[in-house]
Amino acid sequence: MARRPILETELESLATGAWILGAGGGGDPYHALLNLRRLYRVGRSVSLMDPEDLDDDALVAVVSTMGAPLVGEERLTDPEVAALAVRQMEEHLGRRFDAVMSLEIGGSNAFQPLMVAAVTGLPVVDADTMGRAYPEAQHSSFAIGDLRPWPLTLADVRENAVVVARVASWKWMERISRKVCAEVGSIAATCKAPRTGREVKEWGILHTVTQAIGLGRAVLDARARKADPVAAVLEHAGGLLLFRGKVVDVARRATEGFLRGTARVEGLDADRGHAFRLDFQNEFTVGWFDEEARVTVPDIICVMDATTGEAIGTEALRYGQRVRVVALPAPALQQTPKGLEHVGPRAFGHDLDFRSVFDSTGGAER
Amino acid sequence: MRRIGIDVGGTNTDAVLIDASGVVAAAKTPTTEDVTTGIRNALAAVLARVGGDAGPVDAVMVGTTHFTNAVVQRRDLEPVAAIRIGLPSGRSLPPRVDWPEDLAAEVDGGVFMIRGGHEYDGRELVPFDEAGTREAAQRIRDAGVRSVAVAAVFSPLTPECEQRAADILREVHPDAAVTLSHDLGRIGLLERENAAILNAALAALARRTTSAFAEALEGSGIRAPLYLTQNDGTVMRADYAEAFPVYSFSSGPTNSMRGAAYLSGLSDAMVVDVGGTTTDIGHLKGGFPREANRAVEVGGVRTLFRMPDLLSLGLGGGSIVADEGRTVGPRSVGYRLTQEARVFGGATLTATDVGVAAGLAALGDGTRVADLDAGLLDRGLARMRAVVEEGVDRMKVDAAPLPLLAVGGGAFLVPAQLPGISEVVHVPHADVANAVGAAIAQVSGEVDQVFTGMTRERALTEATDIARARAAAAGADAATVEVVETDDFPLAYLPGDALRVRVRVVGDATAS
Repeated sequence: MARRPILETELESLATGAWILGAGGGGDPYHALLNLRRLYRVGRSVSLMDPEDLDDDALVAVVSTMGAPLVGEERLTDPEVAALAVRQMEEHLGRRFDAVMSLEIGGSNAFQPLMVAAVTGLPVVDADTMGRAYPEAQHSSFAIGDLRPWPLTLADVRENAVVVARVASWKWMERISRKVCAEVGSIAATCKAPRTGREVKEWGILHTVTQAIGLGRAVLDARARKADPVAAVLEHAGGLLLFRGKVVDVARRATEGFLRGTARVEGLDADRGHAFRLDFQNEFTVGWFDEEARVTVPDIICVMDATTGEAIGTEALRYGQRVRVVALPAPALQQTPKGLEHVGPRAFGHDLDFRSVFDSTGGAER
Repeated sequence: MRRIGIDVGGTNTDAVLIDASGVVAAAKTPTTEDVTTGIRNALAAVLARVGGDAGPVDAVMVGTTHFTNAVVQRRDLEPVAAIRIGLPSGRSLPPRVDWPEDLAAEVDGGVFMIRGGHEYDGRELVPFDEAGTREAAQRIRDAGVRSVAVAAVFSPLTPECEQRAADILREVHPDAAVTLSHDLGRIGLLERENAAILNAALAALARRTTSAFAEALEGSGIRAPLYLTQNDGTVMRADYAEAFPVYSFSSGPTNSMRGAAYLSGLSDAMVVDVGGTTTDIGHLKGGFPREANRAVEVGGVRTLFRMPDLLSLGLGGGSIVADEGRTVGPRSVGYRLTQEARVFGGATLTATDVGVAAGLAALGDGTRVADLDAGLLDRGLARMRAVVEEGVDRMKVDAAPLPLLAVGGGAFLVPAQLPGISEVVHVPHADVANAVGAAIAQVSGEVDQVFTGMTRERALTEATDIARARAAAAGADAATVEVVETDDFPLAYLPGDALRVRVRVVGDATAS
């Protein structure tokens, strides 16, 4: 199987790119990045493999940290615990994994497979199941593909481990595992339903690790050159600039464990006199230009600091921030009728039809 | 109200006496190596201006960059034993994990990771390892380390483990100066722990410095309570400052902005502070600087301190003018301005020379720049205007026009008209705005906590009570305490509709 090492210098690019693909959620990868740097410093390293090189019957672990970002600020993420969930799954299956991949490339979970890999020596598959961050397991591409949602293992730092052996659906998996997660303090390492190499190739969102590293590098290079980092993101990812403005109002509420709310942005520069509203449920779901739906999930909606190009999470939005709202293209799978059932605007409570912002303008690259 | 404000900067020590009518007297003297002498000189200079007697003074407020400089320059720091209570969590990211290596080595007094800590909802993470803590305390004592920082998981919500560790330390190692992270506030273990370690590293310097300040006061015959300024534009009593020197980090720019607000009578304005080498641009809202959003680094260490959001540009009175006026700065003659600038007899063409030649200020010998070409002057002034204009625009968060306060020694370089600015205001005593900002400072209390299982109203009330208690502990007169800021937001993925609440209150310093 062809692999290449992920260089230490690429870790910061990955953190930057993954945070942008978080689309407002996914959690800040800072602690995971620190962990990886420390592991590299003591001689550990991680290799990245092309999913096309996976054998059809290879066994792939799909990993993530589940829980509340705030808890992660106190109970710091630990590579050994990440690996514990994977070992627990191997024990449950009576079989060893051949590789490991991320549930979501957006935010801190981009690093979860790297942490596992640095500890276990497994290669990281250049793929994830979302191409960004989404709130729940039923938003993954494996759920869109109706693949088997079970089993799942969940490991806690106190050596509590739970196997969810069987569930009726992806939504049941989410309900049960969330409950267990809350019991252990609302943070846990998980290993989702294992996948075969063939399933990954067929249903995974491919090459997203490489994409995130490239995106992050584009931003870091632009900053170093004193060039416009937002322009660099647009160019690198074939994205669209939707709005320039200043955050004038943010309203948040927690319901059913989600952070829901809206942010209003008042236009500046060429957008002066216009307003943009962003709805979010952990991540940004719909963007309204002068009260008309301009962009919806699954298009990736990002809010970036106008000067630094730093992505701004829905928890960090604040009055007065000068921002650029941009859209990045969604993976093709999420735009199919079945995909839209899972991650379209209706899946997030918006009675809207999805029309990609990239279709309506016609000019963007796919 | 009659107060003295003192600003101890890297170059100058300024002092002002203010009363209800405004600035009564002001003085600027050089900062001295021992700081105390500089303060004594500044006080003497101010007193001389009011006939040697300041009259009854309610309070003396000192702003100092002393503690920030100690961290930035890595000097006068004590080795600190860092006790982290939170195992089995956080094992892979021990204390000081994200510090610059030189600073980490400088303050390395050992790392002790202990089992314990809490969950966000108050449950124990694991039982607290009392025996392990006792053993750590003994080892710290035997190693002769006298500063200790203790940080426990979720201590801002449940401080019990940190308090128990403090009890053990008091018993085993009574000479140790102990900083508990929950006293420094916010959620975010690494940043809170970083602040606690820096605070402990400054413990001895803080004791020496505050007593030196008190001595200088005493020697000047002034009997009034002593306060130190904090980075949020408020002050804390000297005994509190001695325990929490980190709160004084970066109070200089805040004092300068608050002073400018007071001197102008404006509370919502842009502030442009033009120094010798740099120009700081900030935004005053309700008399306080707008705070930065991002994690703030001090000497390369991430902290969660409240800092004013400032844009620092490489333009000042000492900026070197080159390329026929097409470039101004960022290179600067700095503190050598009064020797090297043309108007002061030097050979270097600086922004000050251009300002004098253009008739914006009368400084030094104007005839020495009379020969400057009009084209060069135009280009130089245009360049400076462009820099200030862009900076102001970047920092301004409202489309509505705002007044702009021009302060600092190079304030004359600020153009008289700028887009989005209703008027450019120059104020008297702008050169001692720092000391004025210190003199007018109030006392604050802050809380940032997660509340679960209660209504929003109840959570806000509880948070406000805690903030008020903290303000009183820092020296506020309880009768004057007012809420200046509340911010609450719900948290994702936590059961029980968890709400994170921040409340900040301020009140007047007690007169005795």
